[in-house]
Amino acid sequence: MSDSVDPMNPTEPLGQLPKPATAIPSMAQVSKERKTAASTVLQKIRTSHPRASRIPDSVFAVIILLSAISVFAIVVLVAWELIDKSRLSLHQFGIGFFYGHDWDPVAGSFGAMPFIYGTLVSSFLALLMAVPLSIGVAVYVTEMCPQRLRAIISFLVELLAAIPSVIYGLWGIFVLAPLLREYVEPFLARTLGWTGLFTGPMYGLGMLAAGIIMAIMVVPVIASITREVMTAVPQNQREAVLALGATRWEMIRMGVLRNARIGIVGGVILGLGRALGETMAVTMVIGNRPEIAKSLFAPGYTMASVIANEFTEATGDLYLSALVEIGLALFIVTLIVNALARLLVWSITGGTARVRA
Amino acid sequence: MSAPSAPQQVGLIRRFTNAGATTFAVAAAILVLVPLLAIFAYLVIKGIGSVNWAFLTQTPKPPGEVGGGMANAIVGTGIILAVASVIGVPLGIGSGIYLAEYGRNRFGDLVRFTADVLNGVPSIVIGIAAYSLVVVPQKHFSAFSGGVALGIMMIPTVARATEEMLLMVPNVIREAAYGLGIPKWRTTLSISLRTASAGVITGCMLAFARVAGETAPLLFTAFGNQFWNLKLNQPTAALSLQVFTYAISPYDDWHKQAWAGALILIVLIVGAVAAVRITTSRGMLKGGS
Amino acid sequence: MGVGIEVRGLNAWYGKNQSLNSIDMTVAANHVTAVIGPSGCGKSTYVRCLNRMHETIPEARAEGSVKVGEMDVYGSGSDPVEVRRRIGMVFQKPNPFPTMSIYDNVAAGLKLNGFRNRKQMDELVERSLKLAALWEEVKDSLHKKSGASLSGGQQQRLCIARALAVEPEVLLMDEPASALDPISTSKIEELIFQLKQHYTVVIVTHNMQQAARVAEFTGFFLMGSLIEYDKTEKIFTTPADKRTEDYITGRFG
Repeated sequence: MSDSVDPMNPTEPLGQLPKPATAIPSMAQVSKERKTAASTVLQKIRTSHPRASRIPDSVFAVIILLSAISVFAIVVLVAWELIDKSRLSLHQFGIGFFYGHDWDPVAGSFGAMPFIYGTLVSSFLALLMAVPLSIGVAVYVTEMCPQRLRAIISFLVELLAAIPSVIYGLWGIFVLAPLLREYVEPFLARTLGWTGLFTGPMYGLGMLAAGIIMAIMVVPVIASITREVMTAVPQNQREAVLALGATRWEMIRMGVLRNARIGIVGGVILGLGRALGETMAVTMVIGNRPEIAKSLFAPGYTMASVIANEFTEATGDLYLSALVEIGLALFIVTLIVNALARLLVWSITGGTARVRA
Repeated sequence: MSAPSAPQQVGLIRRFTNAGATTFAVAAAILVLVPLLAIFAYLVIKGIGSVNWAFLTQTPKPPGEVGGGMANAIVGTGIILAVASVIGVPLGIGSGIYLAEYGRNRFGDLVRFTADVLNGVPSIVIGIAAYSLVVVPQKHFSAFSGGVALGIMMIPTVARATEEMLLMVPNVIREAAYGLGIPKWRTTLSISLRTASAGVITGCMLAFARVAGETAPLLFTAFGNQFWNLKLNQPTAALSLQVFTYAISPYDDWHKQAWAGALILIVLIVGAVAAVRITTSRGMLKGGS
Repeated sequence: MGVGIEVRGLNAWYGKNQSLNSIDMTVAANHVTAVIGPSGCGKSTYVRCLNRMHETIPEARAEGSVKVGEMDVYGSGSDPVEVRRRIGMVFQKPNPFPTMSIYDNVAAGLKLNGFRNRKQMDELVERSLKLAALWEEVKDSLHKKSGASLSGGQQQRLCIARALAVEPEVLLMDEPASALDPISTSKIEELIFQLKQHYTVVIVTHNMQQAARVAEFTGFFLMGSLIEYDKTEKIFTTPADKRTEDYITGRFG
């Protein structure tokens, strides 16, 4: 295939081509180099297995599919084990299990109400403190703080999420609880004692301590989601509000928070999910007494803590089964809460399903 | 100037609200960072005094006796985490690849959703599942069952990180590889995953850091052990478990050791993340985008 | 050496939208053929059908007959991976592998196709980079620099070298210079002119001057159909079809 004229008889191209740059090797040189040994090897590779690629491709696809299925299978398996192992308790107590107040393993009577109450109250308390703080941090980071601080503060907030629960618990026992006992609780009793929420003996450890510790742990969850959805608000929304002569806060309120509110709610629900299932830190500071008390100074107990404390000591199948049933309830509740939160967050950020079109 | 017009100046109340909101946001940022700094400060101040050679090389003394250490727990944590990584990383990366490269369909959405659900399942519940799936059939607590529990917890984090990173690899890169006649599996592993590797490794490290300090799922899987154990099928001590046990004990010396153990744990977690960050950034080619 | 391409009754779809309507085209071996037309006319889809890249897009499919040399691209026994190995492609935007060095970028196709001999690989990399007129600029930093650190024009020549390294018989170029500055563009054009000695080149371009400068044959696409296909000179001086004339005289698009 030299320069001889092709059957289709092409003519010279119209435009003038500049002279080849010196960097381009002469054609004679290149032609010689084309006949390298390497080329021959390549020809062999090329013609050896015309359909060889299909088998490894489908093997790979199957392996990958299997690992994807495993994720699904694990969740199903977890659910199945929880149902299976709690069957005894489910039969014995029925729905009454969840409103029974009495938890007496010795007498064989099991009611989960004190734990449900403790879980709900401590989680609610945590959200009460964490939500405004998280939104405040997210607003500060996305809208106010200098560019250089932005990455540092985000990193530090995420670092809060990296601290193990047991270390929060340790800190709660030895630092937070004494602080509450000596200063915070006496102050609250003096000023807000009339509400009935802040009365009784001050141990330091109790519902209030659990709520505070959990609030610190939940902040990074809510703050990061809030930051994400706030960043997803288009710049032109901010500009539109600013152009109307709004102050910065008005811009944030009308241009950003309003657009991001569904996502923020999603983040809060996600934080709730985390709080409901939180185990170690709460177990270490809540006091672990299955009582329903109005005062936040009083010790309480949560669903997760009772499992943590009593599972290995549970004597008898019914006792174990009752604990697993609490686990099952926890599983179902967090499942619903997480599903709800995901749907809300996805509705804002569009999920990842639409990232690549 | 007399024509009716919108207010010329921003009203006092609006300015006041603006200042108030700004102050609140700044205060919130500070208030959130205080506990973080406090926790780290206490860890260092209270922990550093008890970290010594004995602490790092000896096993615990009987209750109430002064001295001893957490050597067995440090090693135990290492064993459990190794098992967890062997389970969690391949499955996580595999499902991440599925989600990014094959999962643009109903089943993909289902897996994505289940991964998020799994991520939200309380760790104590995963512990129960590992107990009844591994401990009950084996008839005793074991390092392996602890590893299974933590491994399961790693999967969703690794999977979503892998998916996200793979989706960030521009499609033109894949096309370039297909255009060279490289099969899909090879393109995925050697081109897409390699391009995304820094992010995928970071995701794995985050998952690792997240489970490294987990305690709840180990309570009734690894169970804890006062003595040396290097066998996978025996109860094993773990740092986090030891910190828990010592923290709620009535002994002063154990409290000190709990702080020391917590310090070691956090150093381990931060150190692991930092180490990978450094090696991945050093291994990267200069000038890469 | 380059081989000719015979396209008969090629149709392509994106989902339900038909983007190519029974294209017939014979591409001469060892010549440069340009494909021109307004955006959305199907010219990119057309070249992507030639090496079965089209079907990598979800829901996209193609039917018809494409023969490259003796290879039946859409034949029942044909393997898309094998097809793409033998038909090189250069894309609109330079797309070097970002985490690989210059050397590894060029060698990528060889390595992934199971090529192991280090010495021969060095030879092939050097030859490909020389053919792509990039050798002199990068020979001192082959392993030190990443492909992404080069300038846009250099990146595109790197992509050409990468395509050439696996020794294709046909080189498809999908608007290879559209993202480049004029100097880089002229370098790429010189290169195309040189490459036709060894390869059959099909180039998609929206730039009519470029088609006139580099190609011996030109096909004009409009709304998924091949309107006119002839010698470049004929297309640009005395087109047979009114629509071609409208397009080259700038009356639409």
